[in-house]
Amino acid sequence: MASPRNPLHAADHSSATNAQAGYPSVFSFSTHHRVIGRQYFFLSLAAVLIGIVLSLLMRLHIVWPQAPLPFLGQIKPEQYLAYMTMHGTLMVFFVLSVAPQNAFGNLVLPEQIGARVMAFPRLNMLSFWTTLISFFVMVSALFVTGGGSMSGWTQYPPLSATISAGAGQGLGTDLWIVSIAIFCVASLMSAVNFITTILRGRAEGMSLMRMPLTVWSWFVTAMLTLLAFSVLLAAALLLFSDRHWGTSFYLPAGLVVNGAAMAGHSGGSPLLWQHLFWFFGHPEVYIAILPGMGVTSHMLSTFSRKPVYGYRSMVYSLLAIGVLGFMVWGHHMFVAGISPYAVMAFSTLTMVIAVPSSVKVINWLGTLRGGRIRFTIPLLFSVGFVSLFITGGLSGPILAQPAVDMYLHDTYFVVAHFHMIMGMAAVFAIFAATYFWFPLLFPDRIMNEQLGRAHFWFTFIGAYATFMPMHFLGLAGNPRQYSQIVGSAEYLQKLLPIHVFITISAFVLASAQLIFIYNLIYSALRGKFSGTNPWESTTLEWEQDRRQRIRVHHGPYEFGPREDSRRDYTVQSEPPYTYKS
Amino acid sequence: MVAATVYFFSRTWLPALATSSGGALDHQLTLNLILLGVVFCATQLALGLFVWKYRQRQVSLQVTRGGQPDARVELTWLTIAAALFLGLNIAGAAMQARVAETPLAEKPVIVEVTGVQFRWYFRQPGPDGRFGQTNPQLVDASEGNPLGIDRSNPASADDVVSSELVIPAGKTIEIRLHAQDVIHSFFVPSLRIKQDALPGQDIVIHLPPTETGTYDIACAQLCGMGHYQMNAKLKVVAEGQYRAWLRQFPPANVAQVGHPSTNKVAHR
Repeated sequence: MASPRNPLHAADHSSATNAQAGYPSVFSFSTHHRVIGRQYFFLSLAAVLIGIVLSLLMRLHIVWPQAPLPFLGQIKPEQYLAYMTMHGTLMVFFVLSVAPQNAFGNLVLPEQIGARVMAFPRLNMLSFWTTLISFFVMVSALFVTGGGSMSGWTQYPPLSATISAGAGQGLGTDLWIVSIAIFCVASLMSAVNFITTILRGRAEGMSLMRMPLTVWSWFVTAMLTLLAFSVLLAAALLLFSDRHWGTSFYLPAGLVVNGAAMAGHSGGSPLLWQHLFWFFGHPEVYIAILPGMGVTSHMLSTFSRKPVYGYRSMVYSLLAIGVLGFMVWGHHMFVAGISPYAVMAFSTLTMVIAVPSSVKVINWLGTLRGGRIRFTIPLLFSVGFVSLFITGGLSGPILAQPAVDMYLHDTYFVVAHFHMIMGMAAVFAIFAATYFWFPLLFPDRIMNEQLGRAHFWFTFIGAYATFMPMHFLGLAGNPRQYSQIVGSAEYLQKLLPIHVFITISAFVLASAQLIFIYNLIYSALRGKFSGTNPWESTTLEWEQDRRQRIRVHHGPYEFGPREDSRRDYTVQSEPPYTYKS
Repeated sequence: MVAATVYFFSRTWLPALATSSGGALDHQLTLNLILLGVVFCATQLALGLFVWKYRQRQVSLQVTRGGQPDARVELTWLTIAAALFLGLNIAGAAMQARVAETPLAEKPVIVEVTGVQFRWYFRQPGPDGRFGQTNPQLVDASEGNPLGIDRSNPASADDVVSSELVIPAGKTIEIRLHAQDVIHSFFVPSLRIKQDALPGQDIVIHLPPTETGTYDIACAQLCGMGHYQMNAKLKVVAEGQYRAWLRQFPPANVAQVGHPSTNKVAHR
């Protein structure tokens, strides 16, 4: 907790306000958390653009496998799988793990708890540049001989462990493993920094239960990151060792790959990887979505001018989801060949996790109810988040039943489920955060409202039009990761029109992002000036005077008309005040 | 949007069922779609309603309504959510237990299923009821021995290897599933059955008694570039036809194994 000598609160005399701050450029080795936040933001922007282009190439290939494309010619099945692996990896690691946590966390977390700096600024800088190296290693795999890895972002061995199993399984897969190992190291460093900053850097009066829900969600996410990524790092090293140093962690005896018997391996189990991977992989889903939940709670409260409905239960449900998130990894393995008793346990625990998730939805609805809702762009995206979270969330309990999962596992139903909840919902939270904290991202500018509205509606409708029909493909038994429909099993042929519809919707959804990119560039250069605290928010990141020591007197979401002014909000650091009843 | 969703979900998307015992699963799935469909509609409509009803009409400093929930309200919601989700969980588990714990009426017909990039091979033990031993060193698809059956082993003489799964109608089938190279997944949509095939491990599953007809078998676990075209036919024929089919293979012959070239994937 804060003490007068806490270095994290040292008064900052160098920079007075945002506009005059003159932060170092994003191209410099800066230890300033706002600069690092921006660097992470641009990194995930680059990753998401590549990921979107890859997804469009995939959608084209699924429905028109023969079509020659400009520059690329005709896409081959192994290229499709390389694009798919790259799409999944970029989106999960470099977008969903980086943007909500590292970009926006760095941008506002220290100020929100009343600190001036992160606990370890140099480590923070190192985390970013390490992540950047990891990104370049990952993307370079697309350009090496054989192309990128084709074994999906889950990299199940033996496919990922045997070089002869396919075109991208040589250097492409090595680069994948190396990149992920580097990414793990960067994430661990960043998580330690977040946890320490939150535990040690809070200003006087900023008790845990006065922390904004964004901070709570970054805190829980950092804990998950610390525990989950260390396991993935170990698993990736073992996989590399199996590929090159003749070990047999994941490889059993008697493999015959590509017509040739593989000698020298015995005793390993492909299931070991699945256990290790999903022990990371399931918490990873929450690493992607928890900050989104925090952001959404924050926005809904700010723009309905009401306190968060059930702040305490929001905190407890975050913690419950975080803890339970480590106990449900087996639900990815119901048909993998694990014990039916384990299946039963994982199934029940998975259903239990739906309960705190429901609490969150109900509290979001409760926050909106009775408010005076300001229809800003961040609010629209936050309401979109809740809608997508409900839609994607409700298919979870269906998949959590082993008997039903036996049919739906590895079909498009699963693709629909995770794209709705961890893809689209999380991305909507990222959009909300971008529109909301834009004045901190690009000092004192706000984004254009008309463009923002157009962006929201095209994205919202595009998201539903793209991912909703995938449920029906799944119900019809269409397996995922098929590079094309023509030439696959007979019963799938009649589903081709739905695939065509999805491809068209995907293009609409992707085109809508051009509006966002244009708005981003336009508003960064020509946007209206925001002034101080443009959203009339209660939290401390809008606090401009950096020369005074901050003391917190209020909870994070004190909205309500005040007698002493024309305001309906109280900033956390204001002197004590009682409300009109 | 909500209406379109309800309409599309109420249509039947599932492939026609090939067995009577798969009905329980369809029933469970329908129950899920109805219950969660109601929750979906209710929450989405509430979201839309609240956002519309409580939009700020003019800038003013009215007092907002709807304060903090008391513990009783929260417990009520918690109980409803827990009852819904755990209820579905228990119903699903009970259904699965009923299917799994029904004792087999008779000795099942045994078939060994092997997944190989990018084909399925089906081996039946023949009249002696025993599978011949296999050896990875002997695997050679171009010589007609994709499973590496050891010809010196007497039990192997009458083994029948085929690239489509032919089984008698109305019988329980025991599948011994494994993979030769990478993980594959044995997926029979019409039976609502899916099970991963792992290298280095034999997994036993049972196919319920099935009606005559031809059904699709697909691979559901990413296994490489030919994953999409890794499929086979399940032919369920009358008992007599099944015996006749088995008899057409002379001993020590490996039947109907695809041409060696098809073991590699043609790109176009």
